[in-house]
Amino acid sequence: MSVFQQVLIGPLKDIGSNPAFFGEVVIGGILAGMLYSLVALGFVLIFKASGVFNFAQGVMVLFAALTLVGLIERGAGVWVALAATALVMIVLAFAIERAVLRPLVNQPQIILFMATIGLNFFLEGFGEMLWGANVKKLDVGIPDRSFMAAGMQINQLELSAGGIAAILVVVLAIFFQKTRIGRALRAVADDHEAALSIGIPLKTIWVVVWSVAGLVAIVAGIMWGAKSGVQFSLSLIALKALPVLILGGFESVPGAIVGGLIIGVGEKIGEVYWGPLVGGAIENWFAYVLALAFLLIRPQGLFGEKIIERV
Amino acid sequence: MGDLLTVNNIEVIYDHVILVLKGVSLRVPEGGIVALLGANGAGKSTTLKAISGLLRTERGDVTKGAIEFHGATIHRHPPDEVVRRGIVQVMEGRHVFEHLSVEENLLTGAYTRRSGGETRRDLDMVYGYFPRLTHRRNVAAGYISGGEQQMLAIGRALMAHPKLMLLDEPSMGLAPMLVAEIFDIVGRLNREEGVAVLLAEQNATIALKHAQHGYVMESGRIVLEGDAKTISENEDIKEFYLGLSGVGQRKSYRDVKHYRRRKRWLS
Ligand SMILES: Nc1ncnc2c1ncn2[C@@H]1O[C@H](COP(=O)(O)OP(=O)(O)OP(=O)(O)O)[C@@H](O)[C@H]1O
Ligand SMILES: [Mg+2]
Repeated sequence: MSVFQQVLIGPLKDIGSNPAFFGEVVIGGILAGMLYSLVALGFVLIFKASGVFNFAQGVMVLFAALTLVGLIERGAGVWVALAATALVMIVLAFAIERAVLRPLVNQPQIILFMATIGLNFFLEGFGEMLWGANVKKLDVGIPDRSFMAAGMQINQLELSAGGIAAILVVVLAIFFQKTRIGRALRAVADDHEAALSIGIPLKTIWVVVWSVAGLVAIVAGIMWGAKSGVQFSLSLIALKALPVLILGGFESVPGAIVGGLIIGVGEKIGEVYWGPLVGGAIENWFAYVLALAFLLIRPQGLFGEKIIERV
Repeated sequence: MGDLLTVNNIEVIYDHVILVLKGVSLRVPEGGIVALLGANGAGKSTTLKAISGLLRTERGDVTKGAIEFHGATIHRHPPDEVVRRGIVQVMEGRHVFEHLSVEENLLTGAYTRRSGGETRRDLDMVYGYFPRLTHRRNVAAGYISGGEQQMLAIGRALMAHPKLMLLDEPSMGLAPMLVAEIFDIVGRLNREEGVAVLLAEQNATIALKHAQHGYVMESGRIVLEGDAKTISENEDIKEFYLGLSGVGQRKSYRDVKHYRRRKRWLS
């Protein structure tokens, strides 16, 4: 009875007794979750359009952030640096298509996966060679200050980052639904041979998805870098993206977004309210345990694309 | 009438070792309908894919001979370039984009068309030929019937404004009435829009009814060629390809075919 009380009633009472603090925890979770969503989104885009599981997605975030910080440190204005970083990520997409994907076209998926592992180490080393390996603070000009709203303390920087991520998602959604290239991307994801048969060039599509994944990586890099500094550990958030993918489904864009938010909020709530009961560190394993549970119950993920089966 | 397409003694090898086409030659005249007949595994689809350039995604390669369209060699071009030049393949098994709506499927067909202004008119043209697609325009293509999917696949190809359409077994798995309806529309497209058609079919009866000229393939070779009437009157053809034996029974390849196709997808 007392265990039951401790595990269920206690934390819930805490939540009820201070809803403003609970709100803060949830907002913190949403912001962390958005970051996971963005990284997972990069994975999903590339996986859908080319069947490649891009191991290097996390490092792309690091590389984008390093480039951005490096440019700002060398005196570029924030907007100039942003535009230049975007350009770098697009050039990178072209280079990857030319040097990695095109020569390996028609090879088994595992070979392409291994190629992205190589890409991962290359980008890591290349980024550090260009910009150095020490931790850098990314300053995009938004003050790291908090204000009060509805009794909750809200961080201005985090709020802006969340806003930017939300805008990015909306823009991407419109791009996919309404534009000619976006439609072609979805067509390729559905049936790449049919897409070829009506003249959609896969090369172009690959460059586009890798570019979009690169742009998403910039936003993720900004969110993380502004808060915790740009450093090697950034590439490890890719490991958090994996449970997000399992939760949301590997091929689902909404899945990546919702999955990221669920994990972000879930682990924060778990950590704050249930953490003390087990000595903390729930944040470290919550995502994986949830993913494992999902693998057992719903392996296609929350939003795993419907397999249309006509008879 | 001049030749639109000439396939000149081509050899096709899959995976560097599997020789599938052993010297295939054929021609399609401007504005004509040409039937390419043959049983399972004869090499009809391979021939069409060699022309459209889709072969390479299946690790196949044209190792000898040449394919010319409007007098220019095309067998080294990637599929999108071939489409831009005016050849579109409608693949066997329809291959619609299942998660895209019917209209979105059609719009993707216009991918290679630069001028967006014509798209609306082209859509109306396609809906005009395939009125059944009109009320299904906002439905995901995965949920429409097989016959509608075949119509959609043809309509999608039409959106690219082809001069030559490579049609791979449009009759597959469809009821005879529907097959007749689809072939009539293809015939109209040919007459009214001037689209030439190279038609791969196992159903020789209906194919020869619409084609002016025919080729019969067997194990990667053309074994017979002639105008449609001559071919349909040939005794061997009657027996083996029209599925009519001397006593008038029909042979069916369908069941065998399904089994074989499953097997190939898995490999
Ligand atoms: N990707 C491939 N790799 C290796 N062999 C292949 C491949 N595709 C087809 N083949 C082989 O090439 C031969 C011709 O196949 P193709 O699909 O061209 O025949 P088809 O005349 O279209 O037959 P169907 O009427 O069954 O569609 C068959 O023996 C087939 O097994
Ligand atoms: Mg075939």
